[in-house]
Amino acid sequence: MLGLAVIAIMFFALPLVGLLWRAPWSNAWVYLSDHNARTALRLSLICSLWATALSVVFGVPLAWLLARVAFRGRSVVRALCTLSMVLPPVVGGIALFFALGRRGLLGQWLDRWFDIQLPFTTAAVVVAQTFVAMPFLVITVEAALRQLDLGAEDASRTLGASRWYTFRRVTLPAIRPALAAGAVLAWARALGEFGATITFAGNFPGTTQTMPLFVYLAREANPEQSIMLSLLLIAISFAVLVGLRDRWFGRGNATRQSTLA
Amino acid sequence: MSLSASILLGLGTLELEVELDVRAGELLALLGPNGAGKSTVLRCLAGLAPIDAGHITLDETVLDDPVADVFVEPEARSVGFVFQNYVLFEHMTVLENVAYGLRARGTPKAVARRSAANWIERVGLTEYAHQRPQALSGGQAQRAALARALATDPRLLLLDEPLAALDAGTRSTVRRDLRRHLATFDGVRILVTHDPVDAYALADRVAILDAGRIVQTGTLAEVTAHPRSRYVADLVGVNLVAGTIGGGVLTTAGGAQVVIAEDLTGPSFAVIRPHSIVLVRDAPTGSSVRNTWSGVVGDIDHLGERVRVGMDGVLPLTAEITVAALEALQLRPGDEIHASVKATDIEVYPA
Repeated sequence: MLGLAVIAIMFFALPLVGLLWRAPWSNAWVYLSDHNARTALRLSLICSLWATALSVVFGVPLAWLLARVAFRGRSVVRALCTLSMVLPPVVGGIALFFALGRRGLLGQWLDRWFDIQLPFTTAAVVVAQTFVAMPFLVITVEAALRQLDLGAEDASRTLGASRWYTFRRVTLPAIRPALAAGAVLAWARALGEFGATITFAGNFPGTTQTMPLFVYLAREANPEQSIMLSLLLIAISFAVLVGLRDRWFGRGNATRQSTLA
Repeated sequence: MSLSASILLGLGTLELEVELDVRAGELLALLGPNGAGKSTVLRCLAGLAPIDAGHITLDETVLDDPVADVFVEPEARSVGFVFQNYVLFEHMTVLENVAYGLRARGTPKAVARRSAANWIERVGLTEYAHQRPQALSGGQAQRAALARALATDPRLLLLDEPLAALDAGTRSTVRRDLRRHLATFDGVRILVTHDPVDAYALADRVAILDAGRIVQTGTLAEVTAHPRSRYVADLVGVNLVAGTIGGGVLTTAGGAQVVIAEDLTGPSFAVIRPHSIVLVRDAPTGSSVRNTWSGVVGDIDHLGERVRVGMDGVLPLTAEITVAALEALQLRPGDEIHASVKATDIEVYPA
């Protein structure tokens, strides 16, 4: 058991060590402060934060609906709304293109009525990231809502609180840790988004070229820089996961761990 | 000022069919075994469970009437609810908990907090006002929940097993406090409990709920004097036999016959007290005892100097004998046995 577990750890650690080993530490600052890289990083951060915000605004009501309202075909709706988690991102990007593209199902009307063309814009990056990231928030928040004691919501209503007041003052505070965890997971997924972005939004420096796209292209032209930027992305994600760990796995941890010695 | 309710509600396996009339100032205890539907009755009254048919009327205001298509949402009802386990909001202080109802109804924060502080003082929790509910003991949490429910000045107060979550040691003290606090409330009060001690200490009147129906109401003394359900009979510790009397003999649904000494006919109950039953190994002959039933020894429970012996048969009974008698009879579960009772020892009353 232990041996296999150690192999698993090595499997995840080795690629990271490989990067650290090849990293051009002497030129690190040059690569990281490169104008194009910084533009991509800024775009990545802005877009991923927008995607996270949209995931929260639409994902929390969706999670509430899936957890609290019993309706026919609920499991089908749940599967539909979390499909993009398991879909190859490129497929998601193509699907988005046929839905929201200039000649797409909804896109043609956006174009005709509002003169809005989504594809190959920064907005398209946000849409693509939200598409793949929101399910992470939805399933996290839905699980928390399901575990929540319904008694608290009942108590609130008998005290004269409307459903909305109850949601704001009782439900939301109770699921805040899960909401935070879900938002961070969604944000991390949005930050790393590649396939859906490049298919739906393209790869235009300054408008749609996010960090993962930049790193991928730099791999050909400037491998050393791509290593350095990869390490930067890893550092950001790793910091988030470590910070999240206490909230996410913290509670049950102490009771479940067994002593090896 | 009163509550009038006729509740019909299907709950899968249980059909709830309950009529309630409670005057203002009266405290009714809904007493019954687990799963009888007691809590559901409270949920219906609070609007947390809409009824299928019937009506709920509080002070001439119809709260629920499916036929007339009237349903008042829980938040629009003047109802205070003390939940089992109290369900205090854990992310708020005790003061915020008690102020919650007023805040939800749009009372300005300062006013709501002042009123809440007042209530907290009344239930003696001032020093805990700014603490989280987790810091409270069971009895204190119950008082906080009561203060929270009363702070909105409801006309109907519902208490679901308010003492069940407490350990035996603190229970009697908390019960006394609860009684004192409940006395200050002059609206309609309904308490759900499975413990007759709570009903006896707190309620003016009890309603026995069994399998979704109210089988008996009255003071606890009245109810226990003439049990009308297996539940109350078990509570009091007597054998209750239901059947129809004709020609001085009560016949049960199972076909057992009980000779009685009273002049009564029609559907009736007979109460056979365990200590008036005589157990013998061999069928008695030439006795003045009018009733003898045979059966098989079931459970044998020791209660100090006395022993309760269950008998399974056409007429299942529990007899109470002395330890000495048990030893003399050498009874073991499964043994064949005969039970005798004098007709004059059997109390009967109409169903």
